[in-house]
Amino acid sequence: MLSKVFATIAVVITGGLLLYGVYDFPSFGDPNSPPNAGVEGGGESVSQYFITNTYKDTKVPNMVTAVLADYRGYDTMFETVVVFAAGVAIFCIMRVVGNANDPRKKEEEESVHSFTYGDHNRIIIGTTCRVIIPVIQLFGLYVIAHGHYSPGGGFQGGVLLGSSFILLALSSDLNSALKRFSEYNYFKLAAVGILIYAGFGLASQFLGENFLDYGVLQPLLFTDGPEMARSHSMLGVEIGVAFTVMAIMFSIYANLASHGTLKDGL
Amino acid sequence: MIFAFDFIILIFMVVAAIISLNIKDLLSASMIFGIYGFLICLLWAEMGAVDVAFTEAAVGAGVSTVLLIATVYNTKRKSSD
Repeated sequence: MLSKVFATIAVVITGGLLLYGVYDFPSFGDPNSPPNAGVEGGGESVSQYFITNTYKDTKVPNMVTAVLADYRGYDTMFETVVVFAAGVAIFCIMRVVGNANDPRKKEEEESVHSFTYGDHNRIIIGTTCRVIIPVIQLFGLYVIAHGHYSPGGGFQGGVLLGSSFILLALSSDLNSALKRFSEYNYFKLAAVGILIYAGFGLASQFLGENFLDYGVLQPLLFTDGPEMARSHSMLGVEIGVAFTVMAIMFSIYANLASHGTLKDGL
Repeated sequence: MIFAFDFIILIFMVVAAIISLNIKDLLSASMIFGIYGFLICLLWAEMGAVDVAFTEAAVGAGVSTVLLIATVYNTKRKSSD
């Protein structure tokens, strides 16, 4: 009881401080705020630079993707590494290899046969999911491929692709999903995704520019100019991000749902 | 920004947050937490941050709810301690 009182007091104080801090923020869309107008005596502000020069530099209409994958590409690379590390951490904590003295083993063997093909709920859900999974995957591919023209990109598309496999595991069972996307394959795919991203960086370094400075990749990608090279490299980088996110989302689900045994899931 | 729309979403968000904290059943709590994520997604879409809203809809409202439910499925009704 006492701990609840202390917790409430701590929450109220923290919330009050946060609300007090909000007063110092510039109001929404204020043209005179520091990020929009630049610092006094300094040069052009950062957002002004992105708004005027993104399309000129990269030929990418979606500014968010351009900032994410090109101007701040180093951040995004390590965001992808963080996703990978999360998947590996869950693997290390949850995964049980060989369940000789697992107390849950008997319990599991009983529950494996609890759903049979005569179950009407399974027929309705299974058929619906079989129809809807290809649509989700197509939409995921569209989101990745159009990441620099419309909202979306590697993270969102990767999550959509991963959730289509999760839906397959939910509608039938974990084994049929793992048959299509096995543990060996998804960790390999996750590592390949990061290697694609880092490969774009290293390739531009070998051609004599900075890490992840895509403009110099023009002769490798056969494009008209360095702008289009940057645009195409962004697509490649997004594909790498999508690989990692898709694989890790499914691996986290598979480990959590089956208690790390990868046998009988939800 | 449309004030009335913002106001309704924020009220629903607070209600969803309080319910998901107080409810006893873990499955219902994770479902309502998914609703909370979707309301945040609506708020961001309304403020013009469509990319962030898309991520929140896919990750916050979609996958994380599934992961929470997968975890709840592996818990027991009574604590074994």
